[in-house]
Amino acid sequence: MSSATSAVVAVRFFGSLREAVGLDALALDVEDACISGVRARLASVLCADALRALSGQGVRVCVNQTIIRGNVELRPGDEVAFLPPVTGG
Amino acid sequence: MHAEIRVETDDFDVAGEWAAMRARLGGRAGAVVAFAGIVRDHAGTDRVNGLFLEHYPGMTEASIEKILVKASDRWELIDTVVIHRVGELRPRDQIVLVLVAAAHRGDAFAACEFIMDYLKTDAVFWKKERRGGEDAWIAATGRDRERRNGWETDDR
Repeated sequence: MSSATSAVVAVRFFGSLREAVGLDALALDVEDACISGVRARLASVLCADALRALSGQGVRVCVNQTIIRGNVELRPGDEVAFLPPVTGG
Repeated sequence: MHAEIRVETDDFDVAGEWAAMRARLGGRAGAVVAFAGIVRDHAGTDRVNGLFLEHYPGMTEASIEKILVKASDRWELIDTVVIHRVGELRPRDQIVLVLVAAAHRGDAFAACEFIMDYLKTDAVFWKKERRGGEDAWIAATGRDRERRNGWETDDR
């Protein structure tokens, strides 16, 4: 379910995704404050290769350091992170 | 159980960590097992010039804590220390230290191996290998997963 409220959230990228995007973090003003709203907003600022990487196999999305599945609502100041599959130590 | 987790770029001093643990233990522990991981200069037949490790501060420590909790649910542990380095590492550098203290050696040996096996698959790190001119992000190996899954099979 998506919310109609907007929010500024922090978006972070790690490992191969950080390299694909060319940034480790950005602040994003999302009109629709949820994960699909973040993806929609990213689609307007990132190149096609970066977007493809973000929806690649095994990529996990975290909100405030907890892995989430599906679409969740976001509040101002939330941190959304895109993680490639972990390598382990 | 005392549990210490550090993720840092600096090298660690095994003797210093060992001495600090012994000072905390008093007379309770009959065994301390230490594992130190070292960066190899090869992966299969390929020469490796270095590694770059990235982590997610906060989430990485939490992923390691989860592993230590699992280990302490399974064995009687008195003290555990995990130090994992991140950033640029070269062959022969120390990369990880696991110290486990228990009353008896069986628990300490098993828990140390268990913690290492889970660190190799479940800890939140991303690792890039520098091979000659070519850098590649790498994945947990099938062998690492098998070792970890071996512990899960033991659970049943």
